[in-house]
Amino acid sequence: MAGLAAIFFTMILVNNYVLVQFLGICPFLGVSKKLDSAFGMSCAVIFVMALATAVTWPIQTYLLTPVNADGTPKWDLGYLQTIVFILVIAVLVQLVEVIMKKFMPPLHKALGVYLPLITTNCAVLGVTVLNIDNGYNFAESMVCAVGAGVGFMLAMVMFSGVRKRLEDAQPPKCFEGLPITLVAASVAALSFGGFGGIVENIFGTM
Amino acid sequence: MGKLKILTNGLVKENPVLRLVLGTCPTLALTTAVSNAFGMGFAATFVLICSNIAISALRKVIPEQVRLPAYITVIATFVTIVQNLVKAFLPDLDAALGVYLPLIVVNCIILGRAEMFASKNGVVDSALDGLGMGLGFTLTLLLMSTIREVLGAGTWYGIKIIPESIDRFTFMTSPAGGFFTFGLLMALVIFVETKLGDRRKRSIGCEGCPSRGACGAKGGNE
Repeated sequence: MAGLAAIFFTMILVNNYVLVQFLGICPFLGVSKKLDSAFGMSCAVIFVMALATAVTWPIQTYLLTPVNADGTPKWDLGYLQTIVFILVIAVLVQLVEVIMKKFMPPLHKALGVYLPLITTNCAVLGVTVLNIDNGYNFAESMVCAVGAGVGFMLAMVMFSGVRKRLEDAQPPKCFEGLPITLVAASVAALSFGGFGGIVENIFGTM
Repeated sequence: MGKLKILTNGLVKENPVLRLVLGTCPTLALTTAVSNAFGMGFAATFVLICSNIAISALRKVIPEQVRLPAYITVIATFVTIVQNLVKAFLPDLDAALGVYLPLIVVNCIILGRAEMFASKNGVVDSALDGLGMGLGFTLTLLLMSTIREVLGAGTWYGIKIIPESIDRFTFMTSPAGGFFTFGLLMALVIFVETKLGDRRKRSIGCEGCPSRGACGAKGGNE
């Protein structure tokens, strides 16, 4: 249990996908202007990350690189990982959108617009690949995926507040727009640097 | 457009990172060391040239409605080739690039050029465009990683530049330094553009996104 909690909080604070690992920068800079859209986008990301991990982990373990009881590989199709994962994620997102539209219109109205955007979001593909690279089991992978999503939400929501203040700021002419946003993101990333070591000290693992 | 113009287009006029603001994730993540920037730049350039050629050759065969999944499949194929080549011949680079190597699949520069250029132009032009864009990407990564590695670690491509007696500015190699360097570099480019009277409107997120045509999201900017 402590191991799972450690993974969860590491993904949120220490290995924050946006501010430390630089995955999903486009939505972080593009959709963080308003709090409600930042929140909606993050909810959709958490949902898709968990779903994608729930589907890609069994695919990797039982279809691409299955092992016999004695640990020897049955066959190795690991080289197909990239192409299979991206297509599975793309199909999954489309499918979820169609199902949501048909059966859950209010939810579709709230999250649906962000779903296509997430297909080519590197954070989603990143979390599925990293789960395999780290050798996590299914429970650890799911916790890691949700943790990564919650970390994404924390960064988005926090940064949308910073963006609000930036709109009133008057930086030098050449810093207006994107450059000053990037410098503000740098300060936000710096604050997350302070979390280094906190999870190891609390849970005493890793 | 002349052949030479297509090639040089990606270097300055439509520099993918600093002018089109595409591919920000690898730019921020892999510019801590010049060697990583080199590796990433060349890997992405290879994929860009190959996918541009393949997509341009197939542009009359691929139906309009399913073009994005088709492009992604083509790109993923070439990324897998690069992944296996790097794993076999350059294991150190494979370890350094880590998850960012498979993530070339979702690099918006590659999908963007497929959508904006290769799907409308001939094979030779598309190959040149891929080469130019790839070089523009590589050169920008090199510039940023030079700034970050020299100031942050005191070395360039592992060669010591700054003597030990001077303290390292380790902030530059931290994630925060990545955002900071990118912000300053972009401000500098905008400053030069303003002086030359050629300021380009930069859009982050949806307006500049290559898959905008097939995507219902408007980025919540309305």
